Amino acid sequence: MTERIPGAFHPFVIPFLAGMLFVLGYCLVGMVRVTLELPREDRRRFLLSLITPRTLWKNIKDIFLNCLIHVNLWKRNKNLGFMHSSIAFGWFMIILLGHIEVALFLPHRIRFFYYPIFFNFFVAEADATIKGSVMMFLMDFFLLIILIGIAMAMVKRIRSRWFGMRRTTRLSLLDSIGLYSLWAIFPLRLLAESFTAHISGGSFLTIPMNWLFHQFLTTEYHILPTWWAYSIALGVFMCVLPFTRYMHIPAEMLLIPMRNAGIRVRHPRKGFAKLEYYSCPGCGVCIDACPMSVKKENLKDCTVYLNRQLRRGNERRIAEISDKCLLCGKCTAVCQVGVEGPELRVAQRERRRYAIDPDYSTVRPEVKGGSKVLYFAGCMTHLTPSVKSALSSVLETAGVEFSTMDPDGGICCGRPLMMAGRKEAADALIEKNRELILGSGCDTLLLSCPICYRVFRDSYDLPGIRVVHHSVYMDELLREGRLKINRGYECYVYHDPCELGRGCGIYDQPRHLLASAGELVEAKKNRAESICCGGSLGSLSLSFEKRRDITLASLRNLTDTEADAVVTACPLCKSTYGRYSDDTPVMDIAEVMQHKILLYENHE
Amino acid sequence: MIPFGFSLSPSSVTDLDKVDTRRYRELLRLEPGAATCIGCGSCSATCTSSAWTGMSVRKVILGLQRGRDVEVDAMLRGCMLCGKCTMVCPRGINTRNLILAAMRISKEDGK
Ligand code: SF4
Ligand code: SF4
Ligand code: SF4
Ligand code: SF4
Ligand code: SF4
Repeated sequence: MTERIPGAFHPFVIPFLAGMLFVLGYCLVGMVRVTLELPREDRRRFLLSLITPRTLWKNIKDIFLNCLIHVNLWKRNKNLGFMHSSIAFGWFMIILLGHIEVALFLPHRIRFFYYPIFFNFFVAEADATIKGSVMMFLMDFFLLIILIGIAMAMVKRIRSRWFGMRRTTRLSLLDSIGLYSLWAIFPLRLLAESFTAHISGGSFLTIPMNWLFHQFLTTEYHILPTWWAYSIALGVFMCVLPFTRYMHIPAEMLLIPMRNAGIRVRHPRKGFAKLEYYSCPGCGVCIDACPMSVKKENLKDCTVYLNRQLRRGNERRIAEISDKCLLCGKCTAVCQVGVEGPELRVAQRERRRYAIDPDYSTVRPEVKGGSKVLYFAGCMTHLTPSVKSALSSVLETAGVEFSTMDPDGGICCGRPLMMAGRKEAADALIEKNRELILGSGCDTLLLSCPICYRVFRDSYDLPGIRVVHHSVYMDELLREGRLKINRGYECYVYHDPCELGRGCGIYDQPRHLLASAGELVEAKKNRAESICCGGSLGSLSLSFEKRRDITLASLRNLTDTEADAVVTACPLCKSTYGRYSDDTPVMDIAEVMQHKILLYENHE
Repeated sequence: MIPFGFSLSPSSVTDLDKVDTRRYRELLRLEPGAATCIGCGSCSATCTSSAWTGMSVRKVILGLQRGRDVEVDAMLRGCMLCGKCTMVCPRGINTRNLILAAMRISKEDGK
């Protein structure tokens, strides 16, 4: 091993060097700015988490698994996972191995940080020793892996279906420049290293290529141009990176530790929110997932476009996209980065100023308590009285003594206001309900509406009171033997309501209930990927007609199973589906239980 | 004046030729569905808030058409956005959007 170039410098490294310094400086400033934009207590929390060994280890592990290996993409589609991790992990290994090479053979050169990147240009006979040839082999190996990944990325542009995607995003001009320069980097590296392989040495890729070129080219004339081209491709990529979707690479590296520290979206554009929308690589997985995308006109309202418009600061589109979304949370469930589309949108809605603010000072609901179990039906259950009566009769059968908090209609739980971005008004209602509940002397608050359940569970301060959804409560009654039913031959398909499933993580108890009542079949899209019924209160601007196609598509997912009944655990889903389901009855899980109890009692 | 124990109430007649309907027209721009209301009153009957605040989407639409901004604003303040009115409206009007839009355009903007 010898150094071929005295002084260890050649002008061709300048484009790379400029790009590198620019991107490093840019990211560093960006990181500091985002951290400074956090509210004070969040910043403290974040900085503390960085010096806590447990979170530190978790950060390293998560960054490795998410940014380099892309585990979440592997789970979605093997081809997609391989494509991304081959490029990311391969590139990382080439950089790492480059540094190891320099550290092993020319340790005094390690401080030139272009040296490991262009190692093969500066040295001669690097493969003369065993150690050297092993390193050369590894370099060629990972280069090959990356090249396969790049080839797959090219195929994906034409045949996205092979990667499990029906729709991909359209690229902007800068994104295209970034993409093509990224694609160019590795083939150019292969060429450059091949042309110098007879001097620097090489391995199974570069040496045969060098031999081949020797047959018809004078390789010496090609050495410099290709190294220049390689360096320019790197420089261009790094210079445009901050203005393209590739900004997701550095952004995600900061997003992961912040999320691990428990930081949440607090401001529509600053701090964590900014990090989230910059962390989106625009993979487009959320387009197919979004229930709104059954209509072509809604395609550009998915989270990937929200992120893009937030980066561009297009206020008109941001408002439009934010108001349309159902807040069903499915985009977050499928997103590899975990961009919280619904939270980002609610934060935008909170920015809006109104001429008139709510005032509930005349609203004085009364408490109708007395029992240990307090049942809050909520607005939507009042609109579907069969749910309320079914649950009441189930509770009576089980011998549960309960009182209804709002027998003649109470006030709203506050979640719809919260979703509309009117947080102060929501807090006023929350405080009113909270006083009622605390004053009632109950120890269990029972809800039959997942929308209510979520807000009572997450946003109410109710010390000593258990907040429980009726599906979970009935499941407990069944397991304790307080409810008796016979398993029948009916075939049920269960719809996971967004707020109960993705919102609160309750998937199994309703399924257990149904499996005890009859045969439970699963829809193609279920659990975390269940499709919103389209009735969600989350959307502000979707009109009745525009929701119809969403509901029909979601219903089809359920009725394709040819089940005898569609069962849900949310009064809003029930009435939304009920409107369009002509052949298959739509039932609340409490109605199924009531029916089975009646059958059992008649049979005895 | 001799106290009779009662008085004449002011006339509640609205002269439609003199009403300033700019706020209503602005509402129609933001939520065109408002024009399709048939005044059936389903929304009022089901309203979560009406018992305490007198809120009624039907009356809000009517009030804006007649320029009765003070009454409208008082009603709007009581809405909890629960969405029951949307669920029952036979014309499928997006009443929540209507309410939010009406809250956005104040009397000053309309004028
Ligand atoms: S939001 Fe998530 S799923 Fe959607 S494009 Fe961005 S990274 Fe992909
Ligand atoms: S929350 Fe649901 S409706 Fe909204 S963008 Fe995400 S997937 Fe689409
Ligand atoms: S969340 Fe919906 S269903 Fe629950 S109480 Fe409020 S409005 Fe009613
Ligand atoms: S959204 Fe407002 S107006 Fe409509 S029912 Fe609820 S409280 Fe009444
Ligand atoms: S329910 Fe609909 S159509 Fe009937 S009065 Fe209310 S807004 Fe108008």
